[in-house]
Amino acid sequence: MAILSKDESQAILKKVVGFTTADECQATLQGRTSGNVRYARNSVSTAGAADNVSLVVEARFGKRAGVATCNQFDDATLRRCVQRAEEIARLAPEDPEYMPLLGPQQYLTPVSYAASTAAITPDFRAQAAGDSIALCTAKQLTGAGYLEDGASFLALRNNKGLEAYQQSTTLDFSVTVRTPDGTGSGYAVADFTDVSKFNAKALTQIAADKAAGSRNAKALEPGKYTVILEPAALVSDEGLLNNLVYNFGAREADEGRSFLSKKGGGNRTGEKLFDPRITIYSDPLNPQAPGGVFDGEGLPVKRMNWVEKGVVKNLYYTRYWAQKTGKQPTAFSGNFIMEGGTQSVQDLIKSTAKGILVTRLWYIRDVDPQTLLFTGLTRDGTFYIENGKIKHPVKNFRFNESPVIMLNNIEAIGKPVRLGGNLVPPLKIRDFTFTSLSDAV
Amino acid sequence: MQPRYDSCVNWLQLADCRPILSFDFHSSITQTFTFLKRRDFVGLTGLATGAMFLPSVPGFGGELIDPARLLEQVDPAIKKRLADSALNAAKSAGATYADVRIGRYLNQSIFTREKQVQNIANGESYGAGIRVIANGTWGFAATNTVTEAGMAKAAQLAVQIAKANSKVQKEPVKLAPQKGYGEVTWKTPIQVNAFEVPIKDKVDLLLAANAKALDNGANFVNSALFQINEQKYFASTDGSYIDQDIHRIWPTLGVTAIDRASGKFRTREALSSPMGMGYEYMQPKAQDKIAGPAGTGLVGYKYSYDMLEDATLAAKQAKEKITAKSVTPGKYDLVLDPNHLGLTIHESIGHATELDRVLGYEANYAGTSFATQEWKAKNQPYGSKLVNIIADKTQPGSLGAVGYDDEGVKTKQWDIIKDGKLVDYQKIRDQAHIVGQNESDGCCYSQSWEDVQFQRMANISLKPGTEKMSVDQMISNVDKGIYIAGRGSFSIDQQRYNSQFGGTVFYAIEKGKIAGMLEDVAYQTNTVEFWNSCSAICDQSDYRLFGSFFDGKGQPPQVSAVSHGSSTTRFNAVNVINTARKIG
Repeated sequence: MAILSKDESQAILKKVVGFTTADECQATLQGRTSGNVRYARNSVSTAGAADNVSLVVEARFGKRAGVATCNQFDDATLRRCVQRAEEIARLAPEDPEYMPLLGPQQYLTPVSYAASTAAITPDFRAQAAGDSIALCTAKQLTGAGYLEDGASFLALRNNKGLEAYQQSTTLDFSVTVRTPDGTGSGYAVADFTDVSKFNAKALTQIAADKAAGSRNAKALEPGKYTVILEPAALVSDEGLLNNLVYNFGAREADEGRSFLSKKGGGNRTGEKLFDPRITIYSDPLNPQAPGGVFDGEGLPVKRMNWVEKGVVKNLYYTRYWAQKTGKQPTAFSGNFIMEGGTQSVQDLIKSTAKGILVTRLWYIRDVDPQTLLFTGLTRDGTFYIENGKIKHPVKNFRFNESPVIMLNNIEAIGKPVRLGGNLVPPLKIRDFTFTSLSDAV
Repeated sequence: MQPRYDSCVNWLQLADCRPILSFDFHSSITQTFTFLKRRDFVGLTGLATGAMFLPSVPGFGGELIDPARLLEQVDPAIKKRLADSALNAAKSAGATYADVRIGRYLNQSIFTREKQVQNIANGESYGAGIRVIANGTWGFAATNTVTEAGMAKAAQLAVQIAKANSKVQKEPVKLAPQKGYGEVTWKTPIQVNAFEVPIKDKVDLLLAANAKALDNGANFVNSALFQINEQKYFASTDGSYIDQDIHRIWPTLGVTAIDRASGKFRTREALSSPMGMGYEYMQPKAQDKIAGPAGTGLVGYKYSYDMLEDATLAAKQAKEKITAKSVTPGKYDLVLDPNHLGLTIHESIGHATELDRVLGYEANYAGTSFATQEWKAKNQPYGSKLVNIIADKTQPGSLGAVGYDDEGVKTKQWDIIKDGKLVDYQKIRDQAHIVGQNESDGCCYSQSWEDVQFQRMANISLKPGTEKMSVDQMISNVDKGIYIAGRGSFSIDQQRYNSQFGGTVFYAIEKGKIAGMLEDVAYQTNTVEFWNSCSAICDQSDYRLFGSFFDGKGQPPQVSAVSHGSSTTRFNAVNVINTARKIG
């Protein structure tokens, strides 16, 4: 029963909200049907499926709030769930950061759901894995990959008149191809709303070419290099750009514990912190990378610039923090769009005299929240570029770099592609800091 | 690993969350929950979204329940009947082997900041997972309909999946032989069941710790208490019926000091450890305290944690960190506290010696390992002769301790590195034959009834030194060094060669003495060089457990909890970098 329609889910929520005797009551119904297949050593290792719908009820008496959940939807269960939330609320301490529930809101309506993706079968997944494996076997390479697809819905309703509903589909695929002797490795990753754009063979081909081409890597001295970071190096594995965007919280900035805190107090909204070519925004209506249209409280997500021409334009304000500081609350959409140009990765390589092409960055961890310094390593395809051509593979590096510094050292910005639900361009960056070498392949 | 998982997961810091997570949450929360995509929880505010988020944290799933239900147990006689229905159904459907795990997974978590409670959640998840071999291939299915009919249906589905997957299977599964144990039980040896302690007492303790931090100059403080109880029943066609009751606990805090004038801020993390214990860990005892190096004021904690004492010191040290000297990069002899070294052991030895990684099963995600069978065959040193690493699933108080693993193998202790040489891996029943062995190591685990069990890290610990040596004696021999305690930033490559680790407090060592606090310290090493530079290990009296509560692995990712014991250890001439930068 996982994907309920707007009418079906609101009918359940209406009943739930109707059962309450609390001052305020908000109910959230969410469901997801998903499936996956995993393979390694050119053989399927596991396959699974999940199907779940759950209800969360929040009841409030004054500033006291309680929450209860259930995953069955007969009247008796729903009533018990509401009662339990109310009982917990009566016992809870008053919330010093209480905000009244929102009333009716207007939401955008992106195309975030594709029936084709919701209809994926286990056979389809097995075929995709099989295609990927067959390509690796034919080239005497070793493939390991993971495919997961799902359809979801999220519905909200409260006793102040708020009603929200959105459904979405996603398919995530990644594959690592290695040479049997372990001296070469390549990677490809992609995600889609609509499965019709997905091609397991084409992605596996990219990873296979990188694996075959990365044998016998040469060691370069660590230091500062011009790099071309493919989108996967920027956002796959919770990369530098995601981490930049996640750190746009107003409260931490105002509290003095963020890279956006201002000396002496306040935050750095309005300051130019990046190269003027950098613009990062949210837009749930983007057809390539549609986003969520409301947050957990039902606050609408709108088109909003976070960075515009290098200037910090907006931060995320929770409703409580917005009220406290006299600002407008700004919902986080879960994804972002970075503006770019028209050049492909190949074009960026052609215009590079000396540099390093990076496929993927890995094990990325924050080192210093004060400067947003991160560390991590290159992985699965790192190549030396000379005079506009890939010259030879190079050994992997560890980097220590801040996205704030990186986005001031822009040489070129390529054409954005969808990755991790975002739109991300490949970037050519000068003086990217590699601090040591790794023998890892 | 990662990915984000991988690895490891380090709960570095609890920063602002309302109630569980919001933007205001410091990024280190993501390192706690690295197996999740952070985009899924950035921006969550409100109690209800917290409730929606928690079930996606493995081990913290399930439906929210009344805390009184946390004390209930299911009668083993009923579980045996249910398990038999599944085993019989699997065999009738054509399975040559089957195991059943009926699990009731309970959790309670409490989050606070400064003077307020942010969230309290009690969760329960109950169901059964059935794993079978049919046509030489694994199949798995799970159900939350824990009735004889529901279990039988899931068993049949598991057989159906196995038969479908057998069409693409190249080699049949080969299980190491395992005797049945009949009806047996095992319980974590706890003194006080944390779930029996009133929530108010726990909240009072966290808020008292916060008050200590604020009274001692902290600008912000977050604290949390996680408690887990796994009531697991395992049955297999080998003839085992194993009833286990497992407890784990983790108190933690992060204390932040801010200097508005300079715009600097620093956080000092808790020096607690997650443990396989009950609430007795929260009741400080003098015999569990080990004084840190003279001049640091630090205290190490063995089998109980003094949260008020640690919060007080954390506030003082967070302030001191703001004005501490920035390190001069170069080679230093490192003296590493067990509460720091545990994570280095975890990343550079624990993960590197997992046989599934060595074989390539984690290639697309966590990665593989440099310590291949060919590498091992060369018999070259992994570390200096002082380095002896034990894998263990039995040590009392540790996170990994259970009586039997999740495929019914009695647990044990075995050598991984002996006198500096790699001698064995961590493996389960279907892997033993690959390295020419005929028994499992008993380190199979699943995070819940609904996920399939697979090979997970055992406790991986460094044996203490055999000669008497205290931390002060160790430091007295160091001419130019750095002492590091606590968790910090950590990162390692996908084959476990190159790592970079930070900590939460750093002290300069000059001419045999602690010489003030340092900041901006991280060391970059190669695993084999690092362990070969190990030159001294303190004795048993300094030995403590470090733990990782949310170690992630697999696709879809699962977490497990694991401890790493060690005494303070010295490493010579390690490359230290300075991590300070200037922006905008």
